[in-house]
Amino acid sequence: MINLARIERDPNYQELVRRRSSLGWRLSLIMLVVYFGFILLVAYAPKFLGTPLGSGVMTIGIPIGLSVIVLAFVLTGIYVRQANSSYDVLVRKIVEENRP
Amino acid sequence: MKKVSWLLTLLLVGMPTFALAAGTIDGGSKQAINWSAIGMFVGFVMLTLVITYWAAKRTASAADFYSAGGGITGFQNGLAIAGDYMSAASFLGISGLVYTSGYDGLIYSVGWLVGWPIVTFLIAEQLRNLGKFTFADVTSFRLGQTDIRILAACGSLVTVAFYLIAQMVGAGKLIQLLFGLDYWIAVVLVGGLMMIYVTFGGMKATTWVQIIKAVLLLAGATFMAGAVLYKFGFSPEALFAKATEVHPKKIAIMEPGSLISNPLSAISLGLALMFGTAGLPHILMRFFTVKDAQAARKSVFYATGFIGYFYVLTFIIGFGAITLVSTDATFLDASILEKTKSGIAAIKGGSNMAAIHLANAVGGNLFLGFISAVAFATILAVVSGLALAGASSISHDLYGMVIKRGAANEQDEIRVSKIATLVLGVLAIFLGIVFENQNVAFMVGLAFAIAASCNFPVLVMSIFWKGLTTRGALIGGFLGLISAVVGVVLSPAVWEATLGYAKGSAPIKLDNPALFSMAIAFAGIWLFSILDRSKRAAIDRDGFDAQFVRSQTGIGAASATTH
Repeated sequence: MINLARIERDPNYQELVRRRSSLGWRLSLIMLVVYFGFILLVAYAPKFLGTPLGSGVMTIGIPIGLSVIVLAFVLTGIYVRQANSSYDVLVRKIVEENRP
Repeated sequence: MKKVSWLLTLLLVGMPTFALAAGTIDGGSKQAINWSAIGMFVGFVMLTLVITYWAAKRTASAADFYSAGGGITGFQNGLAIAGDYMSAASFLGISGLVYTSGYDGLIYSVGWLVGWPIVTFLIAEQLRNLGKFTFADVTSFRLGQTDIRILAACGSLVTVAFYLIAQMVGAGKLIQLLFGLDYWIAVVLVGGLMMIYVTFGGMKATTWVQIIKAVLLLAGATFMAGAVLYKFGFSPEALFAKATEVHPKKIAIMEPGSLISNPLSAISLGLALMFGTAGLPHILMRFFTVKDAQAARKSVFYATGFIGYFYVLTFIIGFGAITLVSTDATFLDASILEKTKSGIAAIKGGSNMAAIHLANAVGGNLFLGFISAVAFATILAVVSGLALAGASSISHDLYGMVIKRGAANEQDEIRVSKIATLVLGVLAIFLGIVFENQNVAFMVGLAFAIAASCNFPVLVMSIFWKGLTTRGALIGGFLGLISAVVGVVLSPAVWEATLGYAKGSAPIKLDNPALFSMAIAFAGIWLFSILDRSKRAAIDRDGFDAQFVRSQTGIGAASATTH
């Protein structure tokens, strides 16, 4: 059996939980704000998104829309990178130290 | 009511289903038999049957059947998840949406992608660490098995059932148009192949069918977008300039149009798009096919990349179709063209055919056949994934854990899921034929709303909130389920368009109920949990710490192989 209380007291575990959840919720918040910001822009300021860029027909809305897509990918990448490099190291330590 | 129909379009294409096409490809006219498409499709079916045969020989345990023995890599699973998303609806639907209204297509693409980061940050790893085969494993980790499994199975089965019907109807309509086959033949074909993949090959075959399809679709779409850009010297500006010149809405296609005009509706829909994704049983099941939590999170990263890339391609394809399809008389219906004077409105088979015609325009008959075959393959793959999720819910959650109280023999459980698959297949074929001429839009709306308002709240609260009790989850989950159903029925889309009441008489003005049904679910879960003073509640709360440690570290997590 694993010793629950021992793991919970483990500083590595506490650090893992703290870091993982703070990053996870922060990134989630960024995504929510950006996405609903975009939707509200579409609902309230369609003309702003229709502002031409330079002299051509390309409008500012296109790079903005594409950036939201790219942002979703980048945020996921940031999380996965963090998790693979540092959280998994902590997890391995916790598992090692708490071997029954 | 234009807004409503647009929102509906947005909602429909926002799902790995084929309902959009079902809604709009209904000209009813059958095409001449398309031999190159049929040839390509037969090739695809042969290949997938070989894979099913190979997978069948390697499927012995329940873990093999439900989760491919956990032997799928993060990259492969990323492709498979992306495959579940890049459905025929998103491919034909978004490119059709871009074709008719330009920028609005991009708004939808954005809405559908942004659910994925949330899945990565909050759900993917925990799901993999806590679960075994279905997401009900997670919610019943510390809560009362019987009640919670029944709730989760209801949520899953209702979602799966409505999706399946919409898929079958869409498949029939599409095949009528693409291959020139009769509707019922198409439905029987899809149902039959699905039963073969799932009953013989289980999750392994289903996953590989999905991976192959995803690769073919990405390759085909890349080729099309490349061919379009090539014609414009790889200058997007030149492509957009030409498109605004030939499109009847002119420069207006470069900004948001009529897609979203009521912010409340927009937010409600946004919620459904984001959180519905995180509650779809056939998507959640994919997290159990990989080795560990690390592979689970990697697979969402790859999936997000593939899906994002695919949406950018469909945007180019839609604009390409404006410039190359709407200006070419071969793809237009002469009688409509005469009446409306608009190449956009006159497209043969409706706007969902934009990508198909473009394939012909840039790659000739053979490439047209290829893209048609891929579109059909897509439906097969998604239907198989859905059937497997439904069957697992019946065999693992209801039979194995509720009826047999966890003491079911593995072979019996597999046998039950195979029978469940056959029953689901026959039922899907039957309902597909019965619903041929029904508007399936509301079924898809329902499926999505239920995923966001029943499955998702229960799942996320069970992972993160210590105070959750069995009673709270049960009452809150069913409240979410019921309010989603009621919300869809009372929405303009069903109340006015389907039930035929006067315009403007819908009791609820939101096109998607997620805003209030999710709120009701969360409030119900919270309220009935904190009021719960039962003995069971104490057990539920006490179990949280052990669950949380495991969800974070994976210590004690079920390894996907049973050896």
